[in-house]
Amino acid sequence: MSLRRWSVTLLAALVALVTIAPLIWMVSVSFMARGEAAQFPPPLWPESPTLENYRLLFGTFGVGRFLLNSILISTLATGLALLFTIPAGYAFAKLRFKGRDAVFRLLVAALVVPGQIGMLPLFLELKAMGLVNSYAGALVPWLAGIFGIFLVRQYCLSIPDEMLEAARIDGASEGQILRRIVLPILTPIIVTLALFVFLGSWNDFMWPLIVLADQDLYTLPVALAANSRQNVQDYEIMMAGAVVTTLPVLILFLALQRHYLSGLLTGSVKG
Amino acid sequence: MSAQRRTVQNASAVGRAGEARAGWAMSSPALAAILLFFVLPAIASLFLSFTDFDIYALADIGNLRFVGLANYERLLENPLFWKAMTNTLLFVGIGTPFIVALSLFTAMLVNSRWLKWRPVWRVALFAPYVTTLVATAVVWRYLLHTRYGLLNYLLSFFGVPPVDWLGSPTASLPAILIFVGWKTFGYNMIIFLAALQTVPRELDEAARIDGASWFARLRHVTLPAIGPTLLLVSVLTVAGMFQLFAEPYVMTQGGPAQSTVTILYFMYEEGFKWWNLGSGAAVAFLLFLCILGVTLVQLRLAKRSGAI
Repeated sequence: MSLRRWSVTLLAALVALVTIAPLIWMVSVSFMARGEAAQFPPPLWPESPTLENYRLLFGTFGVGRFLLNSILISTLATGLALLFTIPAGYAFAKLRFKGRDAVFRLLVAALVVPGQIGMLPLFLELKAMGLVNSYAGALVPWLAGIFGIFLVRQYCLSIPDEMLEAARIDGASEGQILRRIVLPILTPIIVTLALFVFLGSWNDFMWPLIVLADQDLYTLPVALAANSRQNVQDYEIMMAGAVVTTLPVLILFLALQRHYLSGLLTGSVKG
Repeated sequence: MSAQRRTVQNASAVGRAGEARAGWAMSSPALAAILLFFVLPAIASLFLSFTDFDIYALADIGNLRFVGLANYERLLENPLFWKAMTNTLLFVGIGTPFIVALSLFTAMLVNSRWLKWRPVWRVALFAPYVTTLVATAVVWRYLLHTRYGLLNYLLSFFGVPPVDWLGSPTASLPAILIFVGWKTFGYNMIIFLAALQTVPRELDEAARIDGASWFARLRHVTLPAIGPTLLLVSVLTVAGMFQLFAEPYVMTQGGPAQSTVTILYFMYEEGFKWWNLGSGAAVAFLLFLCILGVTLVQLRLAKRSGAI
């Protein structure tokens, strides 16, 4: 029994190590001197760790600017998504209004349509609105988050109607009920949704690539992709760029993983 | 008495009206955004695909003409479109079973009752899923490097000569699939894990005592119990495989010899490199039909086998 226990655990450890090895290797190479990684056999650790790549990245390549763009866009996307989806999700779960169920069924049907289908017309639409090549243009898809509405609605369904009814009899307006009673109950799902949108908008690539033409507006993934198509030989600096791009979301996930994983299951299994 | 009841009824009617008003007020901003930035563009895509919208129409909308099915006809004659179609179907056909099997295997491993420190392995295996696709694609481009890549170095211990992963038209698609598998299996694993936890241990235990092999238990106990989840995961994976874009964009730029041009990559180039927006919209619409078609086939197969 004990042998079995250890062999299973050992296998899991091995698979886990292989899985995170690329991430460890990315960090390791980012501290290597220039040209150090391009050897055979490939070195696993830097001979004398250096911050030179990061200095170059933030100095010559001006990555600070892209980092700020990414932080700004992801933060705004998160705030706006919460502002739009939380009241809607609550309304679909708890407020009786005409046409609610029909509209909700349409939203369910719309989930099978991938967002890329409308990308070209959306580009033209935003061009007509003067939003192409602006932060606002990059934010737009995050306002239309059907998945977020589902997540909030699912969670709201467990709120007892009597609680809302009692508040109504006490003379609370619908807005007050949402702010004072519903929002505090929703805290866990708000954290989950915020995490989803922040990570999603941070990692997003195709839409910002299309809508942001000005280099000054590039997010980290767009800037990294543009550079990777040119500086193919500079292993170490590209790895430093990859670290700056992906480490913030990785840390955020590790800190809040419980919220992320539970939300993932609400969204896919029960939803 | 009756006057009192009437007031209560009036109050509740007023309450109802207020509730309905609040319902619309709270849902309409999100619905307006969905309508404006999701539904409208998706419908417009179909109309756009019947026009010759190009760089001239972009400059002056007066140059726009209705061309009927001409975009579709031209696409069907375009060898690069068929190449993109074939590549994407290869990604779907090979990638889906590969990723589903990988996810199920890791989920069963993490679900094993003999496993210690389960949460640690679960997070480590899930981590690639939350990383930035572009960043890890750049990392993997170096891991797959012919001369200095770690993968070829590891393979050299088994006597495998260096593989030109991203430079050969036959190896490039498997190379990207290895990366996509690594990046996405954690998501499916978590979904499988939740389903596996609902399978009663006694069932598996009883089969084991009866002398059923590991494979027999997988086939006759585990898989039937998680049938609906298996379907869900394969539907999601198929949709994901149809939507590969950043992977070829960063790792191979569609090459070598167009062996990794996907439908979405083709659509991007058609629309935003050559500014053939009408033709690009036709590609988008065909992609949608493909995803819809394959999903419906999957549902039918699942129904026939009794999974749902």
